[in-house]
Amino acid sequence: MPTLTYRDALNQALREEMQRDPNVVLMGEEVGVYQGAYKVSRGLLEEFGPKRIVDTPIAELGFAGIGVGAAMGGLRPVVEFMTWNFALLALDQIVNSAAKMLYMSGGQIRVPIVFRGPSGAALQLASQHSQAWESWIAHIPGLKVVAPATPADAKGLLKSAIRDNNPVIVLEGEMLYNLKGDVPDGEHIVPIGKAEIKREGSDVTLVCHSKTLTVAQKAADQLAEQNVSAEVLDLRSLRPLDEAAILESVKKTNRAVVVEEGWPHTGIGAQVVDLIQRDAFDDLDAPVQRVTQADVPMPYNKFLERAAKASPEKVVAAARKVLYLDGD
Amino acid sequence: MTATARSPKDAPPVPAQTELHLKMLRQMLLIRRFEEKAAEAYALGKIGGFCHLYIGQEAVAVGALAALKDNDYVICSYREHGQALIKGISPNAVMAELFGKATGCSKGKGGSMHLFDAKKGFMGGHGIVGGHIPLAAGLAFASKYKSTDQVTVCFFGEAAVNIGAFHETLNMASVWKLPVIFLCENNRYGMGTAFERVAAVTDIVEHACSYDMAAELVDGMNALTVYDATRRAVERARKNSHPTLLEVRTYRFMGHSMSDPLHGVYRTKDEVEEQKARDPITHLAAKLKEDGVIDQAALDAIDAEIHAEVDAAVKFADESPDPDPDELYNDVLAD
Repeated sequence: MPTLTYRDALNQALREEMQRDPNVVLMGEEVGVYQGAYKVSRGLLEEFGPKRIVDTPIAELGFAGIGVGAAMGGLRPVVEFMTWNFALLALDQIVNSAAKMLYMSGGQIRVPIVFRGPSGAALQLASQHSQAWESWIAHIPGLKVVAPATPADAKGLLKSAIRDNNPVIVLEGEMLYNLKGDVPDGEHIVPIGKAEIKREGSDVTLVCHSKTLTVAQKAADQLAEQNVSAEVLDLRSLRPLDEAAILESVKKTNRAVVVEEGWPHTGIGAQVVDLIQRDAFDDLDAPVQRVTQADVPMPYNKFLERAAKASPEKVVAAARKVLYLDGD
Repeated sequence: MTATARSPKDAPPVPAQTELHLKMLRQMLLIRRFEEKAAEAYALGKIGGFCHLYIGQEAVAVGALAALKDNDYVICSYREHGQALIKGISPNAVMAELFGKATGCSKGKGGSMHLFDAKKGFMGGHGIVGGHIPLAAGLAFASKYKSTDQVTVCFFGEAAVNIGAFHETLNMASVWKLPVIFLCENNRYGMGTAFERVAAVTDIVEHACSYDMAAELVDGMNALTVYDATRRAVERARKNSHPTLLEVRTYRFMGHSMSDPLHGVYRTKDEVEEQKARDPITHLAAKLKEDGVIDQAALDAIDAEIHAEVDAAVKFADESPDPDPDELYNDVLAD
């Protein structure tokens, strides 16, 4: 199986879907001539031309809305945000137009559109460029939300997103674009709404997604050295959430730690914990722990930034806590 | 009225077309009587939520839509009962939607502000001021992409001109040469705020200069003037794929919504009365009488016919069922 970076896996998905369906267009800042701010769209302008690879002005609200209108008119636009931080300006179009159109039109008007781009912190980009979007966007009925962690999932989920008849949010990661992994050639589809166990274990479930998969995997390695067998469950989709997969794993391990990039208050982890306490209460041997970003705007200083982020050490500490390994 | 921005007048004026004028008169009357009935039904508690009436502005929707083909797109703000009716949604389906009934054009899930009929090219009723302006450009983008000859007309109020989405969209529509008409219905008040109190540039048509776009200033109390200006804009869009900004000056005779009294505290009774003297329906009816096309008896007959049609719509809405409770969870996601 070929090894690709996450970036090239996304590029492959875009290219294949554009070859497959002439109604797919890509629009956003720097997607064409510049080849993509993070080079996800490299080579696409040359292959598909300016009619289908559309460079936009810096006007997130406007081009997000034009994308939604184009979807209402029968196209399948992929709208790239240079980062999701800038998509705050486009939220009216994502929430009020894309997500609600089908419902408020009584089922008449579909909006098959993909909004994609990197979400969350990279390195020392400070508070306005380091925001994780999961809990903001997964709140909204009428949207689907995916957050792939590996190159293979990036390809498979983006292909699913483009073929979906609903607005789909694809949360990528600047720190993931260089990540390498095996990616199946051609028709590789990952269904939206399916989590995946990335590492089997029996003592504790580490629930994660996107960049926190790496954090959880490193934590699982460290826990293994401490004779703890951790199961790593990658959610992959945040709406719909694969509730069955979460419950099945927790029923096996009886303990869970939920790891995410975002802030703790009303986070994705809160949703996962709600599910576990309601539907797996009798299977739990300890209260579920969460590991999140510190509840502060992201600082610039690298030591403060490191302290703010979820880390393998924090996950290990949380896992030891649910296993009552440190007394109390 | 004259245009202050670039205004190519490349289409010849249409010779008087009696039939068209009669149709326009009938359509304006339909909107007027429909809205009067909606106000009554609102007072009776049959219509809930927000309800924004179009009375006084009828010439704008009627004049503009007369210049369109059936498959052209129309997209509107939340003051859209008139456009919906003229685009071909039946009075029954519109009234039933206002009543929240299953037989409404949006199955009772949209209400007054979210009327839709995709098959007729009526792409909504949108509730966030200026939020639908980019959608219009997107529809036009799709039409151009697929080489259909469809034109999109976007109706919005003058208050939307202060919204960022207006400026972002006009810029892109001009850069990408999209077949779209931005039709600003300037009724002078954004809810209760006079436009000149909140806008540095009060001649909206001037904004077109910033985006190198064709534009015209239009008398919105005259359906024929609106028709002519829209026809020129449609031709620019259909033949050359060029956008146009139309500033159509009009006036709303009623309050902003049903919770706003007739003239409120932000405008005088005298001003409202003065504007009512420019009633677009009276204006066109007088012209048709003057031209010897109709007499008062004929006008009364048309009015009676429309009254009956609107009464029937109220009856239909009243007797229609509410949506099935199971509908709550339908239409959130498409298959």
